[in-house]
Amino acid sequence: MSASAEATVLITHEVGLHARPSVKFTKLAKTFSAEVEVALAANGPWFDAKSIVKVMAAKAPKGTVLHIRAKGDGAGEAVGALVELVRRDFDEGVDHARTA
Amino acid sequence: MPEPLKLKGIPASAGYAEGPLFNLDPVVARYRSKATAADERLALETAIGTATGRLAKLIQATEGDAADILEFQLAMLEDDALTGPAFAAIAAGQPADAAWRQALDAEIVGYETSDQDYFRARAADMRDIRDQVLRALTADSAAAAPTGAIFYGEDIAPTRFLETDWSAGGGIALKAGSTASHVAMLARSRGVPMIVGLGASPADLAGVALLDAEHGGIVLRPTRAEVEAFRQSSSSFAARRDRAETFLTRPAVTKAGTAVGVQVNIADPSDVDGIDVSTCDGVGLMRTEFLFGKTLPDEETQYRAYRKVLEWAEDKPVTIRTVDAGGDKPVLGFTVEEGNPFLGLRGIRLSLARPEVFRVQIRALLRAALHGNLKVMFPMIAVWDEYQRAAALFAEEQAALAARGVAQKMPPLGIMVEVPSVAIAPEAFAEVAFFSIGSNDLTQYVMAAARDNASVAHLNSIRHPAVLRLIASVAAFGRAQKIPVSLCGDAGGDPAAIPALIEAGLRDLSVVPAQLAMAKAAIADVSI
Repeated sequence: MSASAEATVLITHEVGLHARPSVKFTKLAKTFSAEVEVALAANGPWFDAKSIVKVMAAKAPKGTVLHIRAKGDGAGEAVGALVELVRRDFDEGVDHARTA
Repeated sequence: MPEPLKLKGIPASAGYAEGPLFNLDPVVARYRSKATAADERLALETAIGTATGRLAKLIQATEGDAADILEFQLAMLEDDALTGPAFAAIAAGQPADAAWRQALDAEIVGYETSDQDYFRARAADMRDIRDQVLRALTADSAAAAPTGAIFYGEDIAPTRFLETDWSAGGGIALKAGSTASHVAMLARSRGVPMIVGLGASPADLAGVALLDAEHGGIVLRPTRAEVEAFRQSSSSFAARRDRAETFLTRPAVTKAGTAVGVQVNIADPSDVDGIDVSTCDGVGLMRTEFLFGKTLPDEETQYRAYRKVLEWAEDKPVTIRTVDAGGDKPVLGFTVEEGNPFLGLRGIRLSLARPEVFRVQIRALLRAALHGNLKVMFPMIAVWDEYQRAAALFAEEQAALAARGVAQKMPPLGIMVEVPSVAIAPEAFAEVAFFSIGSNDLTQYVMAAARDNASVAHLNSIRHPAVLRLIASVAAFGRAQKIPVSLCGDAGGDPAAIPALIEAGLRDLSVVPAQLAMAKAAIADVSI
């Protein structure tokens, strides 16, 4: 049986899931072997969370509820780590937000 | 000797540069097709590898914002979702260069057509990525620019900016470009003069150019007198800037101790990201035309944009101007074609003519008002009836929202004073909440000199006694009626005009963020 997990998290970062945050997000997603996807709504469309091209294409601004789901080995850990990253505002102070 | 050639643009990073014009040319070198698809594939892989290696090397030599921009490009270039379509096209028989160009152009279009400034600005990064690989494919190295050159072209790639040594001067003058681009941001943080939006040039440009990125212009083939005047402005700018920095964090006060409010003008919500709210007294003018870039914006998009700025400002006032389309700011599907657009259906006239569009903006404003100290003003008001009709629409929409149980709040409603009829007879408007003098339009209408026409630019001066007298009379009327009066045109941030404005009785100016420190410094020199 293959593991799967799903969660939602509110994007509070000033520029949303854009240039710099999306670099961090996809880099972290790639450290898991599970298949990870993101969406702006529960019913999709779903985007590959390991592809910066796809994540940028999702155009998720500040205030968006991001849906994250994973399938396969370490699915739970992957979703948990990504949710944490978004919750920590991508590890950026407020003064960084302006440039991303 | 041919006449001097002057082009007007939008300042993206203030400063002055004098130097040889250097044309930023597109990739021109020819690619030689390979014998087989496997060879084409290898050629593209190698080129991507070269570009990736170059980026990685550049990242090591940079830090902060610049490194982040490059990290973003690198991540894109390493993403199979970006390169995959190109390799698929090669497998289908395309040469590597065409395959790559098509794949990247498809992505670029997605960014260029976005209705958000932020995404449109990222198109420059995508073009940069495309061209780096194309150059690697064709072994075409970008031509070297002479020291202190003024880069001129459609747009400039972030990597090109970062590879350039700006320590010896130089600047950037772009036909297109954006003040929200990565390069504009870098230019501001490094003090490299830059202007954008010059438009297509009438002829091939070459030779020594004078770049005035404080006011937004470039001159080719300058006369000796122009060169001398330019050098004076340049050295006075440098001196003012050094001195001004010390004024930024302090409230603006004249020599005689008169306090002057200094707010900022913004054109896009992201403009506030780089401003410390404690250095200004609020937002004196937030334009909303940016929302009307490609399509008519929906209520939610507008609400989010307004709310972002209101939350940034904390309890300081944010004055949002309802859409001022028309004139020199056409919007597809909204404005109309006219023979004389500056005197036609623009500003509030257009909003009242298209109430279905205006009502959407009104609802967004009423909802956003809950999130800060919002004030709303109408542009191009000429007669009292226009204000009344606009205010009635606000009241109707408020009632409709309340009936639906939507939280909202009525903000104070004021007007722009830019049509001479209002400046001459302000007594018809004694009941509005505030006046904001739009000095650019007021000047062009009083002097009958279009502000986008270089041949009448010498007439377009706020310091003409006729314009100053009108400003003084509006300020006096405001004082007598206890109606706050501010000024939000370019003159508010012009050190040469500031003494006259304060003398005319104004105590509240709104300036572009880049001029905040300079405006405060200029105020400190006024003896009133």
